[in-house]
Amino acid sequence: MTTIRFYLPLFLSLVAWQAAVTAGLAPAEMVPAPLAVFEGLWRLLRGGELLRHVGVSMYRQLAGFMLAAVIGTALGIGMARLEGVRLVFEPLLKLLYPLPKSALIPLLILWFGIGHNSKIFAIFLGCLLPVVLSVYNGSRGIPRWLVWSAQSLGTRPYRLLWKVYFPATLPDLLSGLRIGLALSFTLLVSSEFLIARAGLGFLIQSVGEMGDYAAMFAAILVVALIGFAADRLFVRLMARALRWQEP
Amino acid sequence: MPHIEIVGITKVYEQPAAPPIVALDGVDLTVEHDQFVSLVGPSGCGKSTLLHLVGGFISPSTGEIRIDGRPVTGPGPDRGIVFQNFALFPWLTVRGNVEYGLAEKGIPRRERRKVAQHFIDMVKLTGFEEVYPHRLSGGMQQRVALARMLACDPQILLMDEPFGALDAQTRLILQEELKEIWRQARKTVLFVTHDVREAVFLSQRVVVMTARPGRIKEIVDTDLPADAPRLAVDALAEDIWATLREEVLKAVVPGDRREQAP
Repeated sequence: MTTIRFYLPLFLSLVAWQAAVTAGLAPAEMVPAPLAVFEGLWRLLRGGELLRHVGVSMYRQLAGFMLAAVIGTALGIGMARLEGVRLVFEPLLKLLYPLPKSALIPLLILWFGIGHNSKIFAIFLGCLLPVVLSVYNGSRGIPRWLVWSAQSLGTRPYRLLWKVYFPATLPDLLSGLRIGLALSFTLLVSSEFLIARAGLGFLIQSVGEMGDYAAMFAAILVVALIGFAADRLFVRLMARALRWQEP
Repeated sequence: MPHIEIVGITKVYEQPAAPPIVALDGVDLTVEHDQFVSLVGPSGCGKSTLLHLVGGFISPSTGEIRIDGRPVTGPGPDRGIVFQNFALFPWLTVRGNVEYGLAEKGIPRRERRKVAQHFIDMVKLTGFEEVYPHRLSGGMQQRVALARMLACDPQILLMDEPFGALDAQTRLILQEELKEIWRQARKTVLFVTHDVREAVFLSQRVVVMTARPGRIKEIVDTDLPADAPRLAVDALAEDIWATLREEVLKAVVPGDRREQAP
């Protein structure tokens, strides 16, 4: 029932879109109809071109995302627990926070070249902030009696991090990561727009330049679907990891 | 040698732009092995602070606390603690919580399971092993916290108003069960409560504290025989309450710093 309720409006708008183009209400060369987009998708798939670009983009996205998850968690917990770490990184993060991370892409290309690394770094930077901030706020709010209980049950200081701080921060870490995941797609595509030799952003750009708008729409659709699937998957994993929480 | 020696303990909390708070002022107390001692006093008298000091979670401003003659320098598994709000690890099941301390001690999985099961059964939570704490009632959560502490086999049990958040019926039942556990296990217990009757029922000695700054006002011997009639408990509780009442009234006079705090 919920599935139908979710997909029915999507399906109806596709039908309405197709009808509008067929009836001549919208110019087909600028707004390709759904059927033309599916045909474009098929063309991209058939040559294996699409899969190659998806592969390249997913690699960059995952690498940047994972890097942000690991470093962001460490930094967030570190800032909450060690005054020195907080004093060094808080001003940097505050400065970086309002800056649109895509503004750094030209600079990153200059530093890391036009290959994978500049894209991975852009995605890493974009995801890093939500992760650090939520982990930082989450680990500051850990009730002292949880820490005290662990200590009186024989937990050594270096194990507190793993046994108490990490699980207690997990809800915040995961909601920060979910925001990061959404941002990572934005940064992925925009970093591949500028200068790239492969990737979904590059594909959108290049087929668009050739005037193949049906294929361009198809590539955009693929980005949307991957982003949607990634978020759904993440929400599932999150619910599983946090099944101990009150609903 | 006494089990716990509290010698000349003062605890002062400095606060920015305000006079420091003297939570405890020159407290001396000795607790023998296997003794059950309760601390009662008005809110804010520092009785919980004293417990946290014995636990080694905070350090005193002056004075020293010794366990079996050795000064306390930090928390340790020889002193278990139970808090009013249970403080279970919400990400672990009942079994996970009770096994926690055993795992930290490096006890192998099978042995750990057996010991944990023994204590889960003891607190009457058989069948709830795989349940997460948020699914349990307050009384059940506190039973888990008790089992978690006892599984570690600490010599000293520190109990910080453990039944304060429970309904009256659950509280009575847990009091009886705790008394039975203590009678069998023979541990040294330091028990903080503001319920005088609870203190008299459970303990051998009741320490009455003054309003802030916390000092010891009186120590009452409450070691009634196990089959003492309820009336005897009530009468003793009445006496202690008469002493305590004056302090409680002092603690709520206008201008008390604590009452102004948010």
